[in-house]
Formats: sequence, structure tokens, C-alpha cells
Amino acid sequence: MKNYSNTYIFVFSAIMVLVVAALLSFAALKLAPIQERNVEIEKKRNILSSLRIESTADNADDIYDEYVTKSYVINNQGELLEGVDAFEVNIKEQLGLVPDERKLPVYVGELEDGTTHYVFPVRGKGLWGPIWGYVALNEDYSTIYGANFDHQGETPGLGAEINTDAFEQQFIGKELFNEQGEFVSIEVVKGNAPPDAEHKVDGISGGTITSKGVQEMLYDVLGTYVSYFKSKKQLSYE
Amino acid sequence: MSKEPLFSSKNLKLLQEPINKSNPITVQVLGICSALAITVKLEPSIVMALSVVAVMAISNVVISLMRSLIPPRIRIIVQLTVIAALVILVDEFLQAFAYDVSKQLSVFVGLIITNCIIMGRLEAFAMGNKPWPAFLDGIGNAAGYGIILIIVGFFRELLGSGELFGYPVFEKIGLYKTGYEDNGLMILPPMALIIVGVIIWVQRDKNRELVEEN
Repeated sequence: MKNYSNTYIFVFSAIMVLVVAALLSFAALKLAPIQERNVEIEKKRNILSSLRIESTADNADDIYDEYVTKSYVINNQGELLEGVDAFEVNIKEQLGLVPDERKLPVYVGELEDGTTHYVFPVRGKGLWGPIWGYVALNEDYSTIYGANFDHQGETPGLGAEINTDAFEQQFIGKELFNEQGEFVSIEVVKGNAPPDAEHKVDGISGGTITSKGVQEMLYDVLGTYVSYFKSKKQLSYE
Repeated sequence: MSKEPLFSSKNLKLLQEPINKSNPITVQVLGICSALAITVKLEPSIVMALSVVAVMAISNVVISLMRSLIPPRIRIIVQLTVIAALVILVDEFLQAFAYDVSKQLSVFVGLIITNCIIMGRLEAFAMGNKPWPAFLDGIGNAAGYGIILIIVGFFRELLGSGELFGYPVFEKIGLYKTGYEDNGLMILPPMALIIVGVIIWVQRDKNRELVEEN
């Protein structure tokens, strides 16, 4: 075995590190636009999915433009904020701010049957990492029209089941507000939620922590929209 | 120096042996951890297998090309750097071109770095052999690893969720009507170990040479 001097070892390592760093930066820069585009398409597909519209990676742009007619940004008092593009708002960053400073996006979907639905992003914690999703409400700002959830690294077959249709469809028709007009959100319960329970859905067996994560996410994030919901509901009563 | 044919019997052996006689998972019992983690469904198993083939073949060739330049004292670091760089590249490519699958595999692509098979082969083979045999050795070992992943993924998805590639096989053939239920245990990691155990048993039954002495 040859004997290498320390200088050789240092030079060798330095060159190796430079080559690897250059290669990786180059790849990351070149691929970034494609990756960002994937994320954007996915966001559109998720919003559409909460409006119960199927889309593929190829047609997501067109369908999104067709149905999601408006979007705007509000603060936690429910006041409209001008000059911010809702699609560009990163809900993760916003939830990191104090509630008063948050910019909260609202997406408006107008469907073929003439109904209008409002889509709200949610984000929270699962067992292994973040979970997020979109919840579409009817015009009463209480009845859930559709929901879409996703996750970064929940256990396949267990927590990861939150992004299956079977789980998401349970939310359809559930109510965020009770009859007294209080915000109660949706509880994800163990075992069988009675089908007529307005505020309960079945959790995932073996995915309890993720299920509870969904429950907390809905309560916390939709909770910051409550003043907005209430102001809107008020208008509709008058 | 006489030129050896590209696929001489010696080179072919490099490709075939790890698939059966010296399979990294069932014979050498390496790389078990990832075999548990990503084999709940068939599709991620296959993508994982392909990713490992890519990382392993390329890293074997790269290390083999540099083998006379690498100072022995830092060889492990060099090997790790090469593997890590390739794994990041694979991850970036998956995120760009196979976004859905990359989401399913999530952290496990990154964890290819810790797959002991890869470093094992770099250290045991690529450091002392020419690029072409190293390439074949890489493909062979990664394929041996991948085949086991795919077999385990097949049974776990079929028996655990009654699906293959997300297609509801059991529902379509009407198995649930006969009172059959999916085995939820299949979805949990320990079941992967048991399936690997069954594969080891079947393989040793077919191939008596592999049966250990005691």
C-alpha cells in the first residue's frame, strides 16, 4: 500500500469536495424550476381536489383557471388585505407568525352547478413530519364541501392513509359550527363515528397520532379564520 | 495483457451471484432496515430498487476509477462523499421527474446513504477492481437487493391492502364477498422481517449449499 503524504490527502479532499459541491449545486439549480413547477401543479391539484374536481398533472392549470375564479388574502380579523397574491402565500411561514400578523389565503371556487365554495389551506403536525391540506366550505362557512390532506412522511398504510379518498370523503357534509353557532371544528375519533355525527369522523387504525394531528390542524388553522367565517355568516343572516 | 471479453464467465458471475448465492439481504443479511421501511407498497419498492441500482453502479464505477488515487487513510470518507453526492442527485431527479413517487419514498431516498450494502461493496470490491467488473458487481448486488424488496413489497401490498400498484385486485375478483379480510399485520414493519425470513427459508431449501453448519 502506497504511503500518502498529508499534503496529498488535504489536496485530494479539497478537490473532491469542490467537485462534489459544484456538481450538486449545478444539478440543484438546473432542476429547481422543474421541481417548483411540480409543487405548484400539486398545489393546484390539491385545491381542486378539495372542490371534488379530479385533475391530472397535465390539465391542472387549465382546470384550476376555469373553476378557481378568485382568491384573496385576509388577516385574522377577517379583513381583506390588498396587494397580496393568495397563491404565493406560504401557509407554513404565515402560521409561524403571531396570529395578528398572519396573511391568510382564501380561494373561491365556482362550480358548474352554480354553487360557490371557499377553500382554506390548513397545516399541522403528523407523527413524523408536517401534514397539510385544503378544506372547501359551502357558502354557509360551516358545512364542509370537500377536503384534501397530504403529508410528508407518515407511515405508509397507517398515518399516510389520511390522503386516501376513503378518509377525505368522510369530511363531506360535516359542520365546523354547532347549532349554537360556536366553532367546534371536527373531531377525529377512534372506532366508529356515528354517520349522523356532525362534528366527528373516523380516525385511522394504527394512525392515531396522525389522526389527532388532522384534528388539531383543523381546529388550530381553521380557528384563525373564525372571525372571518363569523363576519360572513353575520352578513348572510342580515 | 490479453483482453478479457466483456461478459466473460467470471464477469457474469459477478452479476449473478449476488442475486442468488450471495444475495445481500437473504445471505449476507445487509440492508434489512430499508427492506422493512419502504416495502408496504409495490411501487415505492420498485423505485427504491431502481434508485439503489443507479447509486450502487455509479458509485462502484467512480470509486473503482479513483482507486489508485484514494489515500487509504481517508477512503471511508471518500466513499461516503461519493455515495452521498449520488443519493442527493437521485433525490433531486426524482423530485423533478417522478414527483409523486418521490413523495412516497420521502426520507428513505436520503437513507440510501446508510444502506450498508453500498459501502460494503465499495470497500470490498470497487477499491480493488477495474471499473467494468465493479460496475457489474454494483448492478448485481443492487439487483439482488432490489429483487427481495420487490418480492416483499408484492406480498405486503397484496395481503395487507388487497391491492397491486394501487389497483384493488382482491376487490375485483370478489374475494371480500367470501368473508376474506386484509391482514393489517402485513402493513406493519415486523411482517417484512417475517417475509424476508420465509424467503431465506425457501432459498436455503432450494439451495442446500447455503445452509449454515450448526
